[in-house]
Amino acid sequence: MSRILALETATDACSVALRVCGETVERRVVAPREHAARILSLVEAVLAEAGLVGTGLDALAFGRGPGSFTGLRIAAGVAQGLALAWGLPVVPVSTLAALAQDAVEAGAARVLAALDARMGEVYWGAFTADAADLAAPAGAEAVCPPHAVAVPEGGGWVGAGPGWAAHGEALRARAGNALVAVEPERLPWAGRVARLAQVALARGEAVPPEGGVPVYLRTRVADTPR
Amino acid sequence: MRVALRVQLGAMRVLGIETSCDETAAALYEPGRGLLAQAVHSQVAVHAPYGGVVPELASRDHVRKLLPLVRQVLEAAGCGPRDLGGVAYTAGPGLVGALLVGASVGRALAQGLGVPALGVHHMEGHLLAPMLEPEPPGFPFVALLVSGGHTLLVAVEGVGRYRILGQTLDDAVGEAFDKTAKLLGLPYPGGPALAALAERGRPGRFAFPRPMTERPGLDFSFSGIKTHAIQVLRQAGGEAADEQTRADIAHAFQEAIVETLVIKCRRAVEATGFGRLVVAGGVGANRALRAALAAWGGRAGVEVRYPRPELCTDNAAMIAYAGAVRLAAGEREGPAIRVRPRWPLDELRPPGAT
Repeated sequence: MSRILALETATDACSVALRVCGETVERRVVAPREHAARILSLVEAVLAEAGLVGTGLDALAFGRGPGSFTGLRIAAGVAQGLALAWGLPVVPVSTLAALAQDAVEAGAARVLAALDARMGEVYWGAFTADAADLAAPAGAEAVCPPHAVAVPEGGGWVGAGPGWAAHGEALRARAGNALVAVEPERLPWAGRVARLAQVALARGEAVPPEGGVPVYLRTRVADTPR
Repeated sequence: MRVALRVQLGAMRVLGIETSCDETAAALYEPGRGLLAQAVHSQVAVHAPYGGVVPELASRDHVRKLLPLVRQVLEAAGCGPRDLGGVAYTAGPGLVGALLVGASVGRALAQGLGVPALGVHHMEGHLLAPMLEPEPPGFPFVALLVSGGHTLLVAVEGVGRYRILGQTLDDAVGEAFDKTAKLLGLPYPGGPALAALAERGRPGRFAFPRPMTERPGLDFSFSGIKTHAIQVLRQAGGEAADEQTRADIAHAFQEAIVETLVIKCRRAVEATGFGRLVVAGGVGANRALRAALAAWGGRAGVEVRYPRPELCTDNAAMIAYAGAVRLAAGEREGPAIRVRPRWPLDELRPPGAT
């Protein structure tokens, strides 16, 4: 099995994980606006704990978004720089999938992952646990107002992530009886990114370092004049 | 022994990264060998529809374009990442999100390679850019930095020994050019287009003020000239003004700017007693400014120097050079990726003294 270093800085949480075979070494901090200042120290810490050097890894994974624009670029930029230095490919992983994976590993089978996108919107994605207990997309990821999110057919959904804290009422109204639980405290952690990246790498989804770019979902960021 | 030797030699080759505004750039510099390679990607097309730089779009473009540029300069110099002895990136001043892209990639690359990294002051890069020329000017000199983001007169007595003599109190000179160009219906970024239009203008038809030249002092103000252009254009018929009128306004505007800059440069040279003026920044490419400074310099016995155009505008060669000088003196970043969107130039100290 592969050796993967994963970075996740799309939310207030900043984390780094090193996954070797089925074992994960992870450092987590919740430190808004300090991701850039802390992430490389966390990288050094997990490498030291695992007794590995960067060139001994197989790939660098990072949470490619959606999430905080600046956070996404910190993870992408650091992943690009480290991957170029170590001669590694990069595996971009959906931040919403990593969030859903956190719920899956706690037992959820179907997850409605939501992050607060500000401006009255959420980043949204529905995921189901596959046979290997991995969060697999059950629809397209989107940025939209909470009253407009797409809830797939059937019931047994668990709402997960800070989007449920920011827009809980509107999201609950939208999901209705399909919802069995809400876990707004769940976050996308690097360990989940690493686990998803391991199978993505095996599926051949790694890209060269320059392909390690964010997926913002929100594309309209400025108005053209007149 | 052999390993130590390799490390020592390799310790000098520095990758420079620049992402402070709307240019993505990478360069390789090595003391003793000079500039090995450089590459720049301009974002003009990204921002043109908006009539100005959109910070978020700038950041998005940097994170896509930077690594390919880094690879490009490595290939051009025939080396790989492992041949780097250090990484320098612009840490400020500039757009925070844009700066963070270069700092994240650069700091992480250095960390991965186990080589030192350094955040460089963008304006120090501009001040030291002439040092990359085959015959660099000697210290001390007066530097005039004129670009879309900056208008500065600086006494440069050595690396890290800078005294700000004057600066703009409002618009940067390039900004005044771009805004006035927009007013005259020229496409973004309009500075060079305005200069071209001005060459077809007739002198003497319109009188523009020379702001802040009546009294002593080395500071600039350009928003008044821009406002004056608005009024003159309105009196000349506004949008209905004919092409020749627009050219005449452009001429008068440029003449006022150039004359103001020359007056301030003369005062700066007189105040310092330095016999050398270095002009840097994108506006340094303006032909009228160059002609006027050359005429004055010839009369006054002052040597006027310009780095070649690709070293005048934003570039990574100047960042690699400034970084190499400071890295050689032992300056290094810690593991934190830090940027300083506002970073006063006069906080800088000579290499190794910080």
